[in-house]
Amino acid sequence: MHIPDGYLGPSTYLVMYGASAPFWALSLSRLRKTLKSKMVPLLAFGTAFIFIIMMFNVPIPGGTTGHAVGASLVTILLGPWAATLATSLVLLIQALVFGDGGITALGANCFTMAVIIPFFTWALFRLLAGRSFSRSYWVPIAGGISAYISLNLAALATAFLLGVQPLLYHTAEGKALYAPYPLSVSIPAMGLEHLLVFGWVEAVVTALALFFIQRYDASLIALAKKE
Amino acid sequence: MKNFKPFLLAILVLAILTPIGIYLPEKLQAGDAWGELSPEDLSQEIGYVPQGMEKLASTYQAPLPDYSAGSMNPYLAYILSAILGVILTGGLVFLLGKVLTRREH
Repeated sequence: MHIPDGYLGPSTYLVMYGASAPFWALSLSRLRKTLKSKMVPLLAFGTAFIFIIMMFNVPIPGGTTGHAVGASLVTILLGPWAATLATSLVLLIQALVFGDGGITALGANCFTMAVIIPFFTWALFRLLAGRSFSRSYWVPIAGGISAYISLNLAALATAFLLGVQPLLYHTAEGKALYAPYPLSVSIPAMGLEHLLVFGWVEAVVTALALFFIQRYDASLIALAKKE
Repeated sequence: MKNFKPFLLAILVLAILTPIGIYLPEKLQAGDAWGELSPEDLSQEIGYVPQGMEKLASTYQAPLPDYSAGSMNPYLAYILSAILGVILTGGLVFLLGKVLTRREH
């Protein structure tokens, strides 16, 4: 889901920087008001977890690879604004240091992984488990479901961004200037692999992590009700 | 939060296990993520390198591309990249978090 440099044309990547910028600004101002200093270490560990879980590429034999994102877990632990900040910083370091995801595409990648995933996870988890106590068996399950759906929505958004490129930018002879595959290819390709494989990876990672954190200190799960 | 040891331990264990993330795809002949091919690999699929992509793709060269480090053993480089990434991302957010919560002091 990390779009590299060269796959999005200039007007697309500028619009996507514009789409992500208000979320960056709002996440800083919201966290300035709501973040407790005793939660800062958990936020740092959550950020490191997002970075490291993305290194576990899961193969589809003979096909593509994909990986979990971890942003859903951080959302359920610390809220969507913290997840936006954590995921955006991970994407920045990945682009600058490891060339994973483009610099020009950073706005787009942040919008899909650091905005869509946290806010859909937040809404879905609130809907499914907002009234559950933090120790409830339902919390990891609802977390897994929220993570599965959110990751698929992010993949769909990425497929949409890539798929509109040949419509927006092409030569007179119809050759693509940037990402070459049309929506009719990108949506099924990215949609299916996430529905069938990578969405489940994200769901299991999120549910397992929540299961263990419940046993360690259930009060760390901010989106669930306190005992 | 009682203490951070279990979290630190979990991250360390994950860092040491990261090479699974390049070993398994190689073993099972899985390629890049969809839509993340290099321009050269893409041209093998579609027969040309899109003009705009060619220019933009070389905008920036990362120092440790794809979590590798020159001729270093790729598995070792992957683990060291994981540790570096954890320190950079966790450290940055920790410092930023300290700045954002300054009002409490």
